[in-house]
Amino acid sequence: MSMTAIEQVIEKYPEARREYLIPLLQDIQSLEGYLSKESVVKVGQHLKLPASKIYGVATFYNQFRFNAPGKYHIQVCRGTACHVKGSSSLLDTVTRELKIKPGQTTRDGLFSLEVVACLGACGLAPLVCINGEFHASVDNKKIKKILKGLTTEGKKNE
Amino acid sequence: MITIEVNDKKLEAKQGETVLSALKRAGISVPTLCYLDGMTPTGACRMCVVEIDGFADLIPSCAFPVSDGMKIQTDSPRVLNARKTIVELLLANHPDDCLYCPRNMNCELQNLSEIAGVTDRKFLAKKSEHSLDFSSPSIIRDPEKCILCGRCVRVCEEVQGVSAIDFIGRGSRAIVATAFNEGINVSNCIFCGQCINVCPTGALTEKSDIKNVLNAINDPKKTVVCQIAPSVSVTVGEEFGIKLGEDVAGVMTSALKQIGFDRVFETSFSADLTIMEEAAELVSRIVNKGTLPMFTSCSPGWVKFIEQYYPQLLGNVSSCKSPQQMLGSLIKNYFTKSEGIDPKDIYSVSIMPCTAKKFEAGRGEMGLDGVDDIDAVLTTRELVKLIKMKGLDLKSINPMLPDDPFGDRSSAGKIFGVTGGVMEAAIRTAYNMITGEDLKNLVIKEVRGLEGIKEATVKIGDLEVNVAVAHGLGNARKVMESIISGEKNYHFVEIMTCPNGCIGGGGQPIGLDLDAVRARMQALYRIDEKEAIRTSHDNPSIKRIYDEFLGKPNSEISHKLLHTHYHKREDILV
Ligand code: SF4
Ligand code: SF4
Ligand code: SF4
Ligand code: FES
Repeated sequence: MSMTAIEQVIEKYPEARREYLIPLLQDIQSLEGYLSKESVVKVGQHLKLPASKIYGVATFYNQFRFNAPGKYHIQVCRGTACHVKGSSSLLDTVTRELKIKPGQTTRDGLFSLEVVACLGACGLAPLVCINGEFHASVDNKKIKKILKGLTTEGKKNE
Repeated sequence: MITIEVNDKKLEAKQGETVLSALKRAGISVPTLCYLDGMTPTGACRMCVVEIDGFADLIPSCAFPVSDGMKIQTDSPRVLNARKTIVELLLANHPDDCLYCPRNMNCELQNLSEIAGVTDRKFLAKKSEHSLDFSSPSIIRDPEKCILCGRCVRVCEEVQGVSAIDFIGRGSRAIVATAFNEGINVSNCIFCGQCINVCPTGALTEKSDIKNVLNAINDPKKTVVCQIAPSVSVTVGEEFGIKLGEDVAGVMTSALKQIGFDRVFETSFSADLTIMEEAAELVSRIVNKGTLPMFTSCSPGWVKFIEQYYPQLLGNVSSCKSPQQMLGSLIKNYFTKSEGIDPKDIYSVSIMPCTAKKFEAGRGEMGLDGVDDIDAVLTTRELVKLIKMKGLDLKSINPMLPDDPFGDRSSAGKIFGVTGGVMEAAIRTAYNMITGEDLKNLVIKEVRGLEGIKEATVKIGDLEVNVAVAHGLGNARKVMESIISGEKNYHFVEIMTCPNGCIGGGGQPIGLDLDAVRARMQALYRIDEKEAIRTSHDNPSIKRIYDEFLGKPNSEISHKLLHTHYHKREDILV
């Protein structure tokens, strides 16, 4: 997001009140997909809050991301049903394959990973959602295949 | 006065004070952890809990006010048990590598574990996995040893007004870190080290230069010299059982020789030099209607602070390098020539009460033609380690004088170590530069003492010079705001990063011992009282260096060697 876009969000909260911090961050994230360093510093200047405080507050909630989402944003469901069906090992596989932790984005910008509590489709467990598209009954083999396919596709389109 | 009952004995307490403060005054000790004298109590760690009649739960004494007739138990089985459990929980994921820890034998966690009677590992939690943050030249963070007491966070926010670090994340994953969990080097940290002084554990330490210094000493090709800052000699004795506030400068000099330094100098000499240059700069700014007020530039944390937060005022900062850098530059560019030493073969160490000095020594604005002014900086704490390592007994060493050609200092150069000292020294010399005479009374009382912000108006000839002195960057911020708003009109402002000045520096012995700080201050003022040479311009070594080398203050050569300029910082997460 460009600086002016962040500024436009900030302009919606002309009063520099600290209780606007969370709504401000939410607005920025829904526009940009994540909270960049620049936007956190900007918000800090507006609300007169140091960046460390904002980051501290933002990391207290699970909803904020601090890395630009990848071309393929992978959500691994860790709800109860998915857990019972082995989503923990699934998550391990994804982190190992992509060498990123939840909340991070791969260096080439292709993949980002997020853990979600429940996607509400427990019948399809274990469930992985990639750019909004559900993949049902995913096991380790299947996820590796999906990731491989996306890597080839992503690289080709570059 | 009200009456309370503690462990079945009656005690007097003051209305409005906390239970802890009443207990302390009565000499009843209750262990604390998150509590910091003079700062907002958070009641977070619960180490200080006591039993109070009428309350079902144990009460944190540091955050609870006394009331008349209150009945308190500080040592009941329930209290002792709770305390022990708290310590056991803190230890559950602790790395336990005391033997390799910089805080071994000087660690509050060890101490708490001892007094709580912990003998084995009661709880076993997954060890936290965080890597060391080595990114800065001054400070090492080891989050695995952090017990989340929050003291560093509060000092950084409440004393320094910086907030480089805060609690990040929550629950079992919470840590204390910078914004975006970045290396502290790219944060807004100004490297003052105040967080180190309050940290109960080895989670925050200085980046040690001891190894490098010993390597240089053991290298036969190197001439190794050192300079020792004004505040260090009135502090170091404390760590060797010498009474508070005793000046051990002479003994230090001998000890440093025994450690292997070829020459030992005092930074107080170059503090005098700084005063000559800075007073001349002030006089010239006043006479030529230059940018005023002028700000002192000898405290590197402050310099980084103004670069980050008030870049529009950088023109107000004196162009003088700090005394550390000035002496460093003279050692490399003057001493080497007169001694016939190749600058490459000299290793120049400074011993400072400060962690930010490590950062300053590596700044690109320092040095000349690729040769650094200073090669290594040791803190007071590192000096203590070095003396212990060498097994020296300070009480049985004969004192020595520092070496020539920088052998003399004035007492003005010595009081640099306390808040207000630079101001007092500078006024003494500026007065002489303008009027040709010395002040009748050299003591400027208004700028002495430990008040956070001090002001004075000094008459110099027909001029009324308004000055301000602040220490702790929270106070500096207030002064800056009052200047920007036009509320205040100063000519000269002294800022020291650390509370109470260098005597309270972030490289000084661990802890916030105000009695010790006061004793250090008094020691410096005693020196000023009893000595013959009390003004920088009367220091014979200073006169000589201007005669033989520098010409006059602010000359071309002094600009080349002793002055610099600073720049706005864009790369920082503020
Ligand atoms: S911080 Fe204290 S308890 Fe922890 S390893 Fe270091 S000395 Fe030991
Ligand atoms: S060194 Fe100073 S500025 Fe940096 S984190 Fe510690 S207290 Fe804050
Ligand atoms: S780093 Fe030290 S002072 Fe800061 S919270 Fe951790 S243990 Fe406490
Ligand atoms: S010291 Fe009182 S709650 Fe921590």
